[in-house]
Amino acid sequence: MSKIARSNKKVIHMVKRSGISPLKAWGIRLIAAVLGLIVAAFVIVGITGVNPLKVYEGIIGGAVGSPRRIWVTVRETVVLLLIAVGLMPAFKMRFWNLGAEGQILAGGIACSALMIYGKSIPAPLLLFLIIVCSALGGMIWGFLPGLFKAIFNTNESLFTLMLNYVAMQLVTFFIVFWENPSGSNSVGIINPSGKEGWFPALFGSDYGLNILIVLIVTVVMTLYMKITKHGYEIAVVGESQNTARYAGINVGKVIIRTMLVSSAVCGLAGAVIVSGASHTISTSTAGGRGFTAIVVAWMANLNPAGMLLVAAFLVFMQQGSIQIASQYGLNENASDIITGILIFFLIGCEFFIRYHLKVVNTEDDKS
Amino acid sequence: MTLLLTFIVAAVGQAVPLLYGATGEILTEKSGNLNLGIPGIMYMGGISGLMGAFLYENATDNPSAFAGVVISLICTVIASALGGLLYCFLTTTLRANQNVVGLALTTFGVGFGNFFGGSLSKLAGGVGQISVATSASGYTNFFPAFMRNIPLVGKILFSYGFLTYLSIVIALIVTWLIVGTGYGLNLLAIGEDPSVADAAGINVTGNKYIATVAGAVIAGLGGLYFVMEYLGGTWSNNGFGDRGWLAIALVILALWKPSNAIWGSLVFGALYVLYIYLPGLNRATSELVKMLPYVVTIIVLVVISKRNKPENQPPASLGKAYFREDR
Repeated sequence: MSKIARSNKKVIHMVKRSGISPLKAWGIRLIAAVLGLIVAAFVIVGITGVNPLKVYEGIIGGAVGSPRRIWVTVRETVVLLLIAVGLMPAFKMRFWNLGAEGQILAGGIACSALMIYGKSIPAPLLLFLIIVCSALGGMIWGFLPGLFKAIFNTNESLFTLMLNYVAMQLVTFFIVFWENPSGSNSVGIINPSGKEGWFPALFGSDYGLNILIVLIVTVVMTLYMKITKHGYEIAVVGESQNTARYAGINVGKVIIRTMLVSSAVCGLAGAVIVSGASHTISTSTAGGRGFTAIVVAWMANLNPAGMLLVAAFLVFMQQGSIQIASQYGLNENASDIITGILIFFLIGCEFFIRYHLKVVNTEDDKS
Repeated sequence: MTLLLTFIVAAVGQAVPLLYGATGEILTEKSGNLNLGIPGIMYMGGISGLMGAFLYENATDNPSAFAGVVISLICTVIASALGGLLYCFLTTTLRANQNVVGLALTTFGVGFGNFFGGSLSKLAGGVGQISVATSASGYTNFFPAFMRNIPLVGKILFSYGFLTYLSIVIALIVTWLIVGTGYGLNLLAIGEDPSVADAAGINVTGNKYIATVAGAVIAGLGGLYFVMEYLGGTWSNNGFGDRGWLAIALVILALWKPSNAIWGSLVFGALYVLYIYLPGLNRATSELVKMLPYVVTIIVLVVISKRNKPENQPPASLGKAYFREDR
């Protein structure tokens, strides 16, 4: 497919770029985002028949229109960033952890269990236990795919994907025991009066601790990838397993260890969602974030700063579209369509960052 | 006995969308494309058929079932083909990562389905849920009444709509296509090693497009089956649930052979509804029984990777983009 059109003497060649300046790369992404926004606007106008400028006014209002909405946008952004950061080491190793969704739920189950059964534990200890156990919950969910990848080379993307639904069924299993009020088939807000196990307010915000945790984890994980021996081994295994073996790296060990790290962070995200935001658990606790985070991590080339940017953009549009939907009486799935369109454009534009099209005159080539 | 009978009929009802999804995904995966957008495409196929029938029934005073069936089929085919085309354009022509595109397509497709399913009647100025009873009636009872009334056999074999029988026919055709034709051989070559196939003069890009779009259309029919025959021409948000992912799981259970998917889909369909018929289950344990299809898939996945038989493996280039000028 290196030649698209062989009309006359002109041929379009795809050439791999040897390198591209970050500025130019982000410029291309910006153009793609703008094109995506335009197409999305057409879609919204087609459905609602209102002035597109009004639509974008509504989106901005929905995302950052009031202090409460700003906080929700920030809260959703940092959670998405946390999951993407968790996926980073696995993806760097070319291990397709598509199981963040399940790992979040596993962490969320551990967190909810502590909140429900651990009311009498002193608050600081309970908080500590929630953080540790949710990470452990995620690790349990990540351990098996890592182990079997290491020993039998079992396809990890399918394995982790299937575990998502096992986790989802496990949540419905626990809902039977935890439902409140009974018969509602939902857990409801856990500990609404005593707020045991809820993240305490920090820096004057309910979500201060969420931000702090995500900040710490992001910095630690970035350093882990950049300056530690583990991070280096992950990069080598990702580039070539044979090279890694030749260099004396125990590939199986690295795969299992990295998967444990990755799923622990995703499990922790479960605690940030349950203890730090929703204070309940349901099958939609992960709510597709585990999948969106994959897109976020991939589009940012596993660069944490880029991930923050992409996550913020997607959440901004998501929150904005939810507002638009309720304003015009549409259902909130409109936001999936809008973000879907944007993601397609952003994914597609990566091609123009990695390759450039060159028009070549074939007659010149012959001479 | 009647319990067993209803169980079998219910299992078949669950099996059909899975079989469509799995057949489509197998065809796609044989070309090296791991289309994780299939669950989304099934939503898109289902809602588009429903929308087509809905708009048709709203536009005429005396809608006929036959026209409703044809219109909804056409809409489903177009929408799912577009989904497959989008996936293939992004992954094959623009070489975007297959997992990322697939998951984005699923998010988009599920949102697309729930959005139009939930607000179509409102957008058209009506109230309540969409219902296309006339068109849906064309999807039920393929065989005449006297055949359906044969004791036992009639219920088990002849009580379904034409999409149920079509799913088996398509699975057999795709099996034959893959195993018995030159086209299938080309497809296998591309799935195993696109650069070798390319060197042998096989059109890698073209074949990938054909397989992916055809696979998407087949999967989309599964969505249509669900809204028309199973739900009887209406929509329930997220009603299709995780069946799209089960279809992808079924691909593994079927060891990438659509003929295996026929009995595999029955196994999954039975496991899916088993909790209703199994005696002695309470609410909690029935949730655990619902886990079974996924657990079975994981066990199969581990076992085939352990035994490492070449004919039971996923296509070697599955999930990887191909660029001729790469080393």
